[in-house]
Amino acid sequence: MHNSFTIFLKDIRQELRSKAALNSILLFAIVTLTAISFSIGSFALNTDILAAMLWIIILFSALSGFSHVFLKEEESRTADTLKLIASPNDIFWGKLLFNLVLLLLVLFIIVPLFIAVFNFDVKNPGMFIITIALGAIGLSAGGTIVAAIIAKASSRGALFSVLAFPILLPVIILGITITRIAFKKTEIVLFIPEIQALAAYCVIVVTAAALLFEYIWND
Amino acid sequence: MKFSVQGISKSFNFREVLKDISFSVPAGKSLALTGHNGSGKTTLLRILCNLLRADAGKMVFEKHGNEIKPVHFKNHFSLVGPYLQLYDELTAFENLEFLARLKNIEDTDNKIYEIINMTGLKGRAHDFVKTYSSGMKQRLKYAFALLSEPDILFLDEPTSNLDKQGIEVVYNIMEEQKAKKILIFATNDESDLKFADGIISVNA
Repeated sequence: MHNSFTIFLKDIRQELRSKAALNSILLFAIVTLTAISFSIGSFALNTDILAAMLWIIILFSALSGFSHVFLKEEESRTADTLKLIASPNDIFWGKLLFNLVLLLLVLFIIVPLFIAVFNFDVKNPGMFIITIALGAIGLSAGGTIVAAIIAKASSRGALFSVLAFPILLPVIILGITITRIAFKKTEIVLFIPEIQALAAYCVIVVTAAALLFEYIWND
Repeated sequence: MKFSVQGISKSFNFREVLKDISFSVPAGKSLALTGHNGSGKTTLLRILCNLLRADAGKMVFEKHGNEIKPVHFKNHFSLVGPYLQLYDELTAFENLEFLARLKNIEDTDNKIYEIINMTGLKGRAHDFVKTYSSGMKQRLKYAFALLSEPDILFLDEPTSNLDKQGIEVVYNIMEEQKAKKILIFATNDESDLKFADGIISVNA
């Protein structure tokens, strides 16, 4: 894990200087949120629709930034350098951690903003936060492995969204379902099946991604 | 210490680039790979560094009588080539520090400054790599390669982009490497060949 953390710190340092991925995700999220709030105007939306909108913003914000993590290495021709000095395992965990931290940072800004703009109460904030955190893990793991797959392709931008969408769809569906409940109900028992399913998805995707990464990276 | 290659072959889209390449280089010796542009020198170097998979053949690296598995090769060699870049958004020091941490190199700061001075980049350690000229970047790649004190040093076009002083620095590095360890380089420059104990002509 020491080497993964070294790669993560290197990526953070680069990101703080270039802000390529952070700007991409944050600007997309803020612009989408603003566009939705203007188009809705003074209409009151029910919380079911708001839950779906929140997760759509999260999904597309993640899609707009996740691919940077490997694209940048390919475009600046540092991918081979990294291959020579670090193991695929260390690279995968370092990149996954970077994408996760980046997404959590954006969610930390966007989610409170979303709640403030649409002015509603979250009845079960604890479960809502757990859902957002699990969703971020699932999206980051799926997004990181797809980013590695498309890094060497020529039409990367389009490919990333097309390939990532089916892999990330379960997170969105479960995220919307649990968020809908969290916006309206407080009883924890109502959340358990979906939370278990989301946690299981995260475990499966993270494990599969970790096992597959070496083959993708070395190919 | 000995590095051996047996029967390396590689084709791209049914075009055979390398056919049955074999050689062996013991410690204290060097090998030059020559051949016209597109002959497969870089392809061979990339295979030797595990950046590309060969269609056939095998590589064996022995150290202190033990055979090192290919998966652990990367702990024993370094490569300098025009296709390997360092991180532009980091300083030279940060690039070298990143490598030192990954390779668990001790006494990092002193070693980094020492190697930066050796490659003629004194006073520029804390400048961003994006502000470097191509020749300075080439020198930094040598610093990056030498920091881990590799048993085998692979060089692709060792003196490209370098001025007279830079070429002198690289020749000193080549001389020192081949005296103690193993040096394998691909070149078209005849003046580089004075460092070669053996020459293999790679012709596609």
